[in-house]
Amino acid sequence: MDKIEKIDERGVWEKIADQLRSRSMWMLHYCTGCGAVELPPSMTSRFDMERLGMGPMATPRQADLFLVTGYLSTKTLRRVIYTYEKMADPKYVIGFGSCTINGGIYYDSYSTINRLDQYLPVDLYIAGCMPRPEAILNAFTKLMDMIRKGEADGWKRYNENYEWYKQNQLRSLGEVVVYDEFHE
Amino acid sequence: MTVLKVAGIFLTAFFFGLTFEGIGRKITARVQRRYGPRWYQNFIDLFKTLSKHGYTHGWIFDFGVIMALGGIIASLGFVPVGGIVAFPGMDNFFVIVYLFTIGSLGMAMGMVGTGNPWASIGVARALTLMLGYEVPYMISIGSMLYFYRTSSISAIMSAQGGDWNLFKFPIGALVALISLQGMLGKEPFEAPIAPAEIASGPMVELSAKYMGLLMLMNTFMEFAEISLFVDLFLGGGTYFVFLLKYLVVWVLVVLISSVLPRFRIEQAVYFYWTVPIILAFVQVFMTVNGFVF
Repeated sequence: MDKIEKIDERGVWEKIADQLRSRSMWMLHYCTGCGAVELPPSMTSRFDMERLGMGPMATPRQADLFLVTGYLSTKTLRRVIYTYEKMADPKYVIGFGSCTINGGIYYDSYSTINRLDQYLPVDLYIAGCMPRPEAILNAFTKLMDMIRKGEADGWKRYNENYEWYKQNQLRSLGEVVVYDEFHE
Repeated sequence: MTVLKVAGIFLTAFFFGLTFEGIGRKITARVQRRYGPRWYQNFIDLFKTLSKHGYTHGWIFDFGVIMALGGIIASLGFVPVGGIVAFPGMDNFFVIVYLFTIGSLGMAMGMVGTGNPWASIGVARALTLMLGYEVPYMISIGSMLYFYRTSSISAIMSAQGGDWNLFKFPIGALVALISLQGMLGKEPFEAPIAPAEIASGPMVELSAKYMGLLMLMNTFMEFAEISLFVDLFLGGGTYFVFLLKYLVVWVLVVLISSVLPRFRIEQAVYFYWTVPIILAFVQVFMTVNGFVF
């Protein structure tokens, strides 16, 4: 498929805001698999993620960057969708390892989700099983460049093509209901 | 002139508060043998949160966030900052402590308004911890107010001269420093916002600009609390001397917090109601009987 040249539609304020967003990414790591093991070394003194302005955040509301670290079962996909929809725009998704690209070693299991980007808009994949911290930091700097150029527009694609994503989610999960037990 | 002075205090609190927080993050990183973020990282974080599109949780949440920020800004206006006294004659210790509660109660109301159970637990812990550190702090400051026969902060500042209260009331200063650690929510008294345990407590449902406003509120609150300590115990001073003293106290607090683990909430209150409270009563005994150096 040829790459389509996109026209930069952002205003001046959006460009400034994107500069800020790229330099202060708070991440939420959804630890579904072995990818979570690679994150502590990239946070702590060996690779020190904080010098790029990144840090772990406790809840989806506060986070900008969503790391899906490993393979997804249908059960965890439901939680991943809830979590993604709780995050505030603009939000970015990184898929870790080959599990999120093509299902990894569990590709033929009845309960495994093989391609993440049919359900959520993924901005960047890190290939590998599992990627080393060097690869992770490389991906983060790449994502920062993409945000600055306005290419990391997964959250816009999700809003525009919501029907399509919703259809795929419903086909795999049966139903997606968010219970709000405090405000009903 | 009053408007200019108030603006001066707010700009000082905004710029130096965020800068010193950035320096604190750098120091913590160096203690952990990391390189650490840039010194202006907190400015980027603040403006980034303000640029996002957030979610509200009803009008009581919005009102609580505004009330928290407004209450803290109101109390900060009364704190003497490096020779700038915005309201001369009204910089009373009790006025400031009274106005502080508006901010805390605003935060409690707004955060409980989100309906998230972690937020309720966090707020309950914050108020419990407040019960812990306020008692020894008030007893120790009370003995000092008794000694000077005034509760005006500028009067206490000018009465110190070159002879700091840190040396006149050494035990009281120690108690105030321990209480300061709890007021700032730094380790080992970090139970209200424990990120790994109760998902950052009161901040659990905050997105985008609400997070930014609460971060700003936290910065102003830290600035007001450390400024009070510098005014009362280190003699205030001119603008840059004041900021230097502020930086020394802040670095000390950050260094203590970067090497300590977290108390459980009942351990924290038990600690405050045994060791610092006994020390505070020793200070009262010494002050009343004239043992002031």
